[in-house]
Amino acid sequence: MWDALQFEFMRNALLAGVFVSISCGIIGSLIVVNRIVFISGGIAHSAFGGIGLAIFLGLTPSLGAAVFAVGVAMIMGAVSFKSKHRADTVIGVLWAVGMALGILFIDLTPGYHADLMSYLFGSILTVTKADIWLMAPLDTVILLAVFIFYKEFIAMSYDEEFAYIVGIPVKFLYFLLLGMTALSIVMIIKAVGLILTIALLTIPPYIAERYTRSLAQMMALSSLLGICFTFLGLWLSYKYNFTSGATIILVAGIAFFLFQAVKNIRNSAVIGE
Amino acid sequence: MNIPAIEMKDVYFSYEKTPILENITFALKQGDFLGIIGPNGSGKTTLLKLMLGLIKPDRGMIKILGKPPHHVKHRIGYVPQNTDFNVTFPISVLDVALMGRLSRSRIGKWYSGEDFPSTEDALRKVGMWKHRRVSIGSLSGGQRQRVFIARALATDPDLLFLDEPTASVDLEFGTNLFDLLHQLNETVTIVTITHDVGVISRHVKSVACVNKSLTFHSDKQISAEMIDDAYQCPVDLIAHGLPHRVLPIHEDK
Repeated sequence: MWDALQFEFMRNALLAGVFVSISCGIIGSLIVVNRIVFISGGIAHSAFGGIGLAIFLGLTPSLGAAVFAVGVAMIMGAVSFKSKHRADTVIGVLWAVGMALGILFIDLTPGYHADLMSYLFGSILTVTKADIWLMAPLDTVILLAVFIFYKEFIAMSYDEEFAYIVGIPVKFLYFLLLGMTALSIVMIIKAVGLILTIALLTIPPYIAERYTRSLAQMMALSSLLGICFTFLGLWLSYKYNFTSGATIILVAGIAFFLFQAVKNIRNSAVIGE
Repeated sequence: MNIPAIEMKDVYFSYEKTPILENITFALKQGDFLGIIGPNGSGKTTLLKLMLGLIKPDRGMIKILGKPPHHVKHRIGYVPQNTDFNVTFPISVLDVALMGRLSRSRIGKWYSGEDFPSTEDALRKVGMWKHRRVSIGSLSGGQRQRVFIARALATDPDLLFLDEPTASVDLEFGTNLFDLLHQLNETVTIVTITHDVGVISRHVKSVACVNKSLTFHSDKQISAEMIDDAYQCPVDLIAHGLPHRVLPIHEDK
């Protein structure tokens, strides 16, 4: 497998895998413990509207996706902040409308269209040095924000009511989390595509949650798992010439089901005792 | 000390047009120990959440230590009724209790100095210090409730709110808890919702009967007879499950 490393695109892909996994591990952990998986799915899919708009206007698709995703994230934040359990419908509508808008914008764009599949299923092998230079600072910003507000994020995620009572600005933190989620998603889309984003955001934290005793450990283990999944997926896709994004997700998915099976066997063993 | 700990005037609250609380007016002086009683669904928890500033009244005025509820957060401790949420959350007992030390002014600074001794003290008081490294989800409901009580104590509050703190703890700890609250009450104003009839007779200084409206019985008015009447509420409720008046007659308002 080492021969693959002689290609620059492979080295870039691995580097991108590391950066994407770090942001997935940190943000994904917060998404899982705050139970906003559905919202992040909505953000990922509606980001396609931004991609379409950017192609229509002749701008960089990632930029369009970023602006659009952050905008949608703020709307979803406003809708869901008061009643997290009643916002499903609005999120579902934004999810679908965002995607539909993206397709229509691309229809309206004359000439040959950029490869849609690469946005839907990712194209980590086409990641450039320039892309990586955008991922690194984003990871740094996310790390810094979580480092500064670590105690407060824990309090908000574990017990929002109590956090509010002791004076933590939960609303600000919630919107900050959604904003960082939106930016991470734009980065993840590059690697595995928007359809598969949710898997990479949630599978590593879901597994990590069981083996860790603090949010920081959960974030670290999730990041590590994410790196393992992307590396293994990349290697398999290189060796067997599979679509990289889908392979990475399948690796994560298999790990998820194995984890569930082990968990169920253990649980039934405990009951049997 | 002349500022009332809690002051409510003409407070109304409804949930989707169903009135929950009506015309709540009372004042609680600092240093008091208030027991809130009333049948299930009478609005006790809603009343507590209004005082905490978690929800806003439709109309009326609420002041906590002379200020709107959200201006005094760092002087308030709170023990919620339900502690069974987020049991898979990766967090240790110590880290939950440390949350009591948080406040707006602490943002961006790590725990230090006073935080650890006062959290240790709080955990010892509820007998959970030896479990500090255990993750919160592996505790029993009663143990978890103790940790939440420690978290509220770690806040070092002027005003402590508890929502049925003895609901899932064993009887022995329930008794110890109220002895502890009794001690705390020397410096802290305490408000507790309770079904525990023994508590009302032994520790509470005033009683508020809530059933959509609120009837306040300050310490001076507490009589043996009134406490007997208050007793009937939870006992009867369990026996018959029928809505009824907490106290037979509330004439002299």
